[in-house]
Amino acid sequence: MSPQDPPPEQPPKVAAPVRPRRSDHHPVNWLLVIPVVVPLLTLLFNHDGPRLGGFPAFYWMQFAFIPLGVLCTAIVYQVTKRRKGDDR
Amino acid sequence: MTEFIVFAVLFVLVSGMGFVAARWRRPETMDSLDEWGLGGRSFGSWITWFLIGGDLYTAYTFVAVPALVFGAGAAGFYAVPYTIVVYPLVFLVLIRLWSVSHRHGFVTPADFVRARFGSPGLAAIIAVTGIVATMPYIALQLVGIESVLKAMGVTGHWPILIAFGILAAYTYQSGLRAPALIAFVKDALIYIVIIAAVLYIPSKVGGWGNIFDTAQAKFAKTPAPSDGVLLDGTNQLNYAMLALGSALALFLYPHSITGVLASKNRDVIKRNMAALPAYSFVLGLIALLGYMAIAAGVTPLTSNGKPDTNTVVPVLFDKMFPDWFAGVAFAAVGIGALVPAAIMSIAAANLFTRNIYKEFFRKDATDKEEAVVSKLVSLVVKVGAVVCILALDPQFSIDLQLIGGVIILQTLPSVGLGLVTNWFHRGGLIVGWLAGMSAGLWMLWEIPNLAKGKKHFGGSAYKLSDLGLDTKMTVYVGILALLVNLVVAVAVSLILKASGLKDGEDVTTPDDYTADEGDPKVHELKVASST
Repeated sequence: MSPQDPPPEQPPKVAAPVRPRRSDHHPVNWLLVIPVVVPLLTLLFNHDGPRLGGFPAFYWMQFAFIPLGVLCTAIVYQVTKRRKGDDR
Repeated sequence: MTEFIVFAVLFVLVSGMGFVAARWRRPETMDSLDEWGLGGRSFGSWITWFLIGGDLYTAYTFVAVPALVFGAGAAGFYAVPYTIVVYPLVFLVLIRLWSVSHRHGFVTPADFVRARFGSPGLAAIIAVTGIVATMPYIALQLVGIESVLKAMGVTGHWPILIAFGILAAYTYQSGLRAPALIAFVKDALIYIVIIAAVLYIPSKVGGWGNIFDTAQAKFAKTPAPSDGVLLDGTNQLNYAMLALGSALALFLYPHSITGVLASKNRDVIKRNMAALPAYSFVLGLIALLGYMAIAAGVTPLTSNGKPDTNTVVPVLFDKMFPDWFAGVAFAAVGIGALVPAAIMSIAAANLFTRNIYKEFFRKDATDKEEAVVSKLVSLVVKVGAVVCILALDPQFSIDLQLIGGVIILQTLPSVGLGLVTNWFHRGGLIVGWLAGMSAGLWMLWEIPNLAKGKKHFGGSAYKLSDLGLDTKMTVYVGILALLVNLVVAVAVSLILKASGLKDGEDVTTPDDYTADEGDPKVHELKVASST
């Protein structure tokens, strides 16, 4: 018998709340909206200047969105990852 | 000649790895789709990173994206926002797909749809859509190999036949383990070549500022109004929508899902969503090779009298690099074709086996039988791709790939939204798919490309003025077709629900979508509850 099984003397209906259902809901998930929306706002970056190392703003700004995306997803991962013995 | 020797040596070396891969992380038996088709569902973060990276960023991408930038400028750079947006967009959905597939033993996205909406018919539609969208993609990997062979002066079809013959043989033998192992070499070569290119080439052609200025000067001289190193008023919306639409489509492709399902737990996927953008950075640099080619005065090779812009990057490498390093660069592109081609053919074969063969012809097929059928179908798929390229105009494959992105998006309501809700009625999803497909194909048919002298299938930017709107803006066809699909799917679902027509049964439970490594699978659950 596996540890998840309800004790035999209890009916399953009562036993169910003992292990709270895992959920993917977490406020930190909202961070993911930033890298989805920002790179699509062409008005933000469709300019030649200011140039950076010869790169027009259009290019270096979009390159800069890559670390922005990594930062947001990495934070969400760090906060929501499964920890040892943690059965969220 | 040095070029070709370096290319051939690396190619043969990698092919050897493909055969050896069958012994890597050796399973007790290869006679199941879990092993042959998903590498045992056991890949950790690093392997998954190389595998999905090698899978999504294909040889065709390396050749076609800079070709687009070379020809049209800023519009071709959409690949960068596309590959930034995609990971946060699918982050929460992919972990649900992984969980429910882990619980129920799903191998394909259509397996999931069948269980979620209780409809083998809808699942077959999703499977066929996936196969049709994937086939031309495999064919285009050949176009990638062909372009580097051309730049080395190798013409004729025999080299491609040999390359694909080897590929077919080791995919047959090693399954998903082959591309997973080869992906390490592929990516290492790509990184080396691109870093060398961006450090070395700009210094030879007057620096980055000069590269962009030369490109702008070239675009200013062309009659086309919307090319240039910046977007103009008419194509900004299309740029954003093409990036968004492509991002929505990427993880609907069966081969992307294969890579995801092969990982061993949810955290591997989450970690990869944060780590995969490293490839986007490389892709951005690759896109800029298009401008470097302009600054270096590259003229594309011609085939049948027409300039073939897919050759600009190989020609640029040939012109700028010493022979031996050009050989390495060409090998990077050539090997870059093998990884995705293998995964795509495995994914397409799994769809056929699980959702058509087993569903409609052999209900009681054993695991071993499934693996045998998949192996054989993976061969058929590759032969089909070769025929596509040799017998038909390569342009036909490029058109098909354009269409592929639009049609795979039509599986979003069933697969993508299906992971979040089972509200839709199976009938609504089928009618919505039909409406979205028809609308998408009709719009693509209507788009001409005057520069290429084509009346139909000239691109994917649809003029909003054709819909009666008073604007010069264009929008990606895929997004418009998806909207049609969604509206119809919702409307028909409401009608069918109101009329009380029986809906399919959802055999998944909310718990299934948060299951993780170590949790019992469904057949284990059944055993446990019967004790």
